[in-house]
Amino acid sequence: MADLTTLPDGDLARDLKRAERRRRLTAMMLVAPLFLFLLVSFVLPIGDMLRRSVIDTEVAEVWPNAAAAAAAWDRKSEPGEALFAALGRDIRTSAGERTIATPARRLNYALDNGRSLVLGTGRALKQLEGEPASWRATLLAENPAWGERMTWIALADAAGPLTDFYLLTATDLMRDANDDIVSRPPERSLYLQVLGRTFLVSFTVTVLCVLLGFPVAYLVSNAPERVANLLLILVLLPFWTSLLVRSAAWIVLLQDQGIVNDILQALHVTSEPIRLIFNRTGVVVAMTHVLLPFVIMPMIATMKSIPPTYLRAAISLGAHPAVAFVRVYLPQTVPGVAAGALLVFIMALGYYVTPALVGGADDQMLAYFIAFFTTSSANWGLAAALGVILLSATMLLYVVYARIVGMGRVKLG
Amino acid sequence: MKSAHPATLTERIARVVLVVSALSVLFFLIAPILAILPLSVNDSEFLTYPFRGFTWRWYETVFSSDKWRLAVMNSFLIGIPATIVATVLGTLAAIGLATADFRGKAAVSALLLSPLVVPIVIVAVGLYFFFAPFGLTQTYTGLIVAHAALGAPFVVVTVSASLASFDRNLSRAAASLGAPPVTVFRRVMLPLVAPGVASGAIFAFATSFDEVVTVLLLGAPHQRTIPREMFSGLRDSFNPTIAAVAAILVLLAVLLLVSLELLRASSSRMQRRGEDR
Repeated sequence: MADLTTLPDGDLARDLKRAERRRRLTAMMLVAPLFLFLLVSFVLPIGDMLRRSVIDTEVAEVWPNAAAAAAAWDRKSEPGEALFAALGRDIRTSAGERTIATPARRLNYALDNGRSLVLGTGRALKQLEGEPASWRATLLAENPAWGERMTWIALADAAGPLTDFYLLTATDLMRDANDDIVSRPPERSLYLQVLGRTFLVSFTVTVLCVLLGFPVAYLVSNAPERVANLLLILVLLPFWTSLLVRSAAWIVLLQDQGIVNDILQALHVTSEPIRLIFNRTGVVVAMTHVLLPFVIMPMIATMKSIPPTYLRAAISLGAHPAVAFVRVYLPQTVPGVAAGALLVFIMALGYYVTPALVGGADDQMLAYFIAFFTTSSANWGLAAALGVILLSATMLLYVVYARIVGMGRVKLG
Repeated sequence: MKSAHPATLTERIARVVLVVSALSVLFFLIAPILAILPLSVNDSEFLTYPFRGFTWRWYETVFSSDKWRLAVMNSFLIGIPATIVATVLGTLAAIGLATADFRGKAAVSALLLSPLVVPIVIVAVGLYFFFAPFGLTQTYTGLIVAHAALGAPFVVVTVSASLASFDRNLSRAAASLGAPPVTVFRRVMLPLVAPGVASGAIFAFATSFDEVVTVLLLGAPHQRTIPREMFSGLRDSFNPTIAAVAAILVLLAVLLLVSLELLRASSSRMQRRGEDR
């Protein structure tokens, strides 16, 4: 008898354990394909991009000796003849091999006339025969900028392999002649303003979305099912309509000869068309329109779960309906409102298409500059550094969002 | 909105204010989309009111233009493979996540969902650098991979949702009756999660079909999709053909919405039937 009860028990435990292990293995094997796919198509590319924000090897590839000498320089003492010689020889070689454009472009990021300084010196040194007695004198005679400490700090910054130059630029900071980190002069700073604008637009849109979304969510969640479904269609149809169509629609409505301006003039609010599109107003209106469904849906989900009895109890106990609404109902909507608002804010931060289509030059957000520096001007380091800022802000808020909503509970439409 | 006591005047005013403001917001949501539709048949060179007469010519221009025909072809050439990849990988992953707990599961699922929140421009720029050495920029493969990565998380979410309401005893019963795991998956699990898979596929397709940033950065000139062509149209040549394309896309949105609602209805019917038994 004892054998019959104990032996199978041991087997059963082992079997269960084995089955459990097999199940875990199956689970991991099912998840693996997408995990690996996203690793290759999503995680690695983004990681590679972020890497570019601190890596700077362009100059070192063309001017290996000058880069090594500049990297070894203490950034305090006067640059010596050896440093001038290494640079002079590298400039001459690169001018001959026609590779000088790369370091010229790179130094132009940091110095006002970096490109002409490098290219001009290159043209002159190409004519130079043999070794001059003093490289220092030769370079200074060619362009006195080679005697300025700023030039050498810029070269040392670009010498690689690591640099903080792009991250500093992306936050409107720079290294001065004493190698101290200081603010950029106003005419050379831009990105803090862009960052501020990105946050301001996102914040405005989020507030508008919450204010406009709340009554809709309340009506939908308290209406009879048939009416609620009908109202919901009015929220979901815009959601499913192409972003480009919605931008086109707003351009049609808000342009100078558009319906809105016609109505305003018919009502004698204004005598001539008001500029409503291709400026900040257009961006805020169109983005609010696009993002509104994202705040309405989580609010409805939360409001539907609020038992109406609480509000009724408060009123029947003598609370004024308005007071009961503010003190009893409103606090219970906070999870939905917070989740929706955070989601909208996170999405708004990275917006590119809408501002590009309905905004003016002064309304472009961080995402626009990231794309611009990637394609149009090929300043990849700066694109990556701005990407680091945008991604960190997004991820930080995503963590907060996940804490509030719970990771597994992301819901759609 | 039934209340237990007769409504006071303030309550009635509050309710009117609520209904009026909610309806105005709904008007704000739907009106722009409806406003652009009549312009697609407006006999005017300009994309603006007043309405000057009826014409189909903007649709004819769209359907006879090589540019738009190529754009439609590109949208499907990229959208369909991307949807298939996203749906297959996303469904498998969602089933895996629901099968068992394993170490690092929370981190893995956070990663699987992260394309939903990472700004698309970051993904596009990352792929722009990353694809270059492999010669994948300006290729269909590159765009399909990018769109599949953006669409897959939607499939994970919708399939996970339908698995959450899936009665695990059904697959246990099938297995105990001798069905091999593959049969259990194919004959029991798949039909029950099918609405979730289909919804996910619709989300993934819509994502690809409306995506313009990766196409802007990674696509070649001959790979312009419908949204990419709209993007240039809105910036360079704002004319009524845009309204015709917009009207077609609104129709598509209606179709997507209706099919999703049907899927939702069928999945909740299936659940209810399961509960009745």
